[in-house]
Amino acid sequence: MDNAYIPFPSKVLEVIKHTETEYTFRLEFSGDVKPGQFFEVSIPKYGEAPISVSGIGENFVDLTIRRVGVVTNEVFEKYVGDTLLLRGPYGNGFDVDLYNQGETVVIAGGTGVSPVRGVIDALSKSDDPQNKYAIVGFRSPDHMLFRDDLKVWDEKLNLTVTVDGADEGYQGKIGLVTKYIPDLPIKDVNTAKAVVVGPPAMMKFSVMGLLDKGFKEENIWVSQERRMCCGLGKCGHCRIGEKYVCIDGPVFNYTESKGLID
Amino acid sequence: MGFVMNQEEFSKTIENLSKNYRLYAPVIKKGEGRCLDEDIVRYDFVTKAEEIELELKSDYSFKEILLPLSETLFFFTENETKVADKNTSDVLVFLRSCDLHGLRRLDDMYLRNGKEKDFFYSRIREHVQFVLIGCPHSYKDCFCVDMGANKIDEGYVFTIEPKGDGFASEIKDDDFTKYFVGQSEHVKVSYVTENETKVNVPNNVPLSIYKSDFWREYDARCIACGRCTIVCPTCTCFTMQDTFYDPNGKVGERRRVNASCMIDGYTNVAGGGEYRKPHGQRMRFKVLHKIKDYKARFGYNMCVGCGRCDMVCPEYISFSTLINKLDDQIKKEAE
Repeated sequence: MDNAYIPFPSKVLEVIKHTETEYTFRLEFSGDVKPGQFFEVSIPKYGEAPISVSGIGENFVDLTIRRVGVVTNEVFEKYVGDTLLLRGPYGNGFDVDLYNQGETVVIAGGTGVSPVRGVIDALSKSDDPQNKYAIVGFRSPDHMLFRDDLKVWDEKLNLTVTVDGADEGYQGKIGLVTKYIPDLPIKDVNTAKAVVVGPPAMMKFSVMGLLDKGFKEENIWVSQERRMCCGLGKCGHCRIGEKYVCIDGPVFNYTESKGLID
Repeated sequence: MGFVMNQEEFSKTIENLSKNYRLYAPVIKKGEGRCLDEDIVRYDFVTKAEEIELELKSDYSFKEILLPLSETLFFFTENETKVADKNTSDVLVFLRSCDLHGLRRLDDMYLRNGKEKDFFYSRIREHVQFVLIGCPHSYKDCFCVDMGANKIDEGYVFTIEPKGDGFASEIKDDDFTKYFVGQSEHVKVSYVTENETKVNVPNNVPLSIYKSDFWREYDARCIACGRCTIVCPTCTCFTMQDTFYDPNGKVGERRRVNASCMIDGYTNVAGGGEYRKPHGQRMRFKVLHKIKDYKARFGYNMCVGCGRCDMVCPEYISFSTLINKLDDQIKKEAE
């Protein structure tokens, strides 16, 4: 019988530093994986943590990890060439093909950008990038992730990058992501699709903004962040109502997620 | 088909079973209760009939035999892992109808929820069979009848219950007949048909009850100690935990330990996020799982009405009372 709890070693190919606390680990992996899915990553001494896939390549996956404890830069950097232990991928992930058709808006905040990075990437390469929108928010300019991607996306699709707050002299947009929802030049709100990922409050108000604008509930998807301890539907930590985020989600259609109350 | 045994014959029967099975049964632990000089009944390995407690209700359920409080999953060095060994000799567990219904919930989670069966649960479960302890009468706090867990017709090999000065067993699996010493007789297991404690489980729980002030009472009363979930035969949550033998963190083991949605830290996510901080909200999460959410997923209620959570709560919060109050509240709100 298969033992799904045993992790496999994966070589760290590259470590990309985004901010003081957020790094992307490029790890050796070949196999099927979708944006929005996650891996259980063993971090020595810290145990396992569920980390969203932020990038997918032929022989690698990117995992963007936020430093949560007192872990020094040295600890992160010494992993290059080293191995991490992985299990996964787990969860349903995003159905990218679905969002490629027609008008789509992706709204993401903070580390919530990780799981939708692959989605935005696909939208930017779609046949009609003029119909694709992304509103990406960070706490401050210092908290910005995937700067190189932001530049590329900005050239291809309609990208809004905003920060909650910034020092005087900051040239970019300031304000919460919700501020930019009413102005989205959506042609047909009856068919336009939306993907929302981020902290709970940000998701709640973004969905409210979309509904106010006339988006249909069934055309909105959210991804829930919970403490997925096992990823297999056993440990119970990620349960909300009758759903287990790790196996039924983390991506839920809004018609499903609106009845899930923590 | 069954047997009636006197004390001596029962002892001999247990002795026979012990030769082929590891037996786990409720045992009185003298002086190990919560207060000074108080006893407690909990599960332990037994080899003699005298050790088995068939009269008193056990304070803890049988579940730790299948789900140890702390279980080592595997050991690891830098790039290698080795799965922890397990004693896989055959086991017989003595339990009551409510607990056997509880077993079905454990199986649901560990064998049927998600794509794969749980490796560590399966490898123990395959070697465990069950002996049904008959219940000639109900106990304080039991509400098994209203939860439909008072009676069970399958999932055990034989039954056992005190009868007069001796014991009576109904044989379900004929392979076990050979272990018995006593008078062959037709025996039917006893089961409870009425409890003193009654519960009205609400059929429809409206979403409005999630936001209701109803739960505020437990913000103050509940101390989030989690005992109710630890004694519960249907609570199955665990947390992964790494322990290292050396300060460099290269050699160690990964364990899973019992976890509880009532206890701090259960929902913590990276970066300080936490769900359900107020204890009343945790109570709501637990209670609605037991009588609503589980049913929505698996088709029947999670709670089996054993009432152990009522017995163990240091704040005297009664689950059965809470259900009835909740039912009243829902009816009141519907008016």
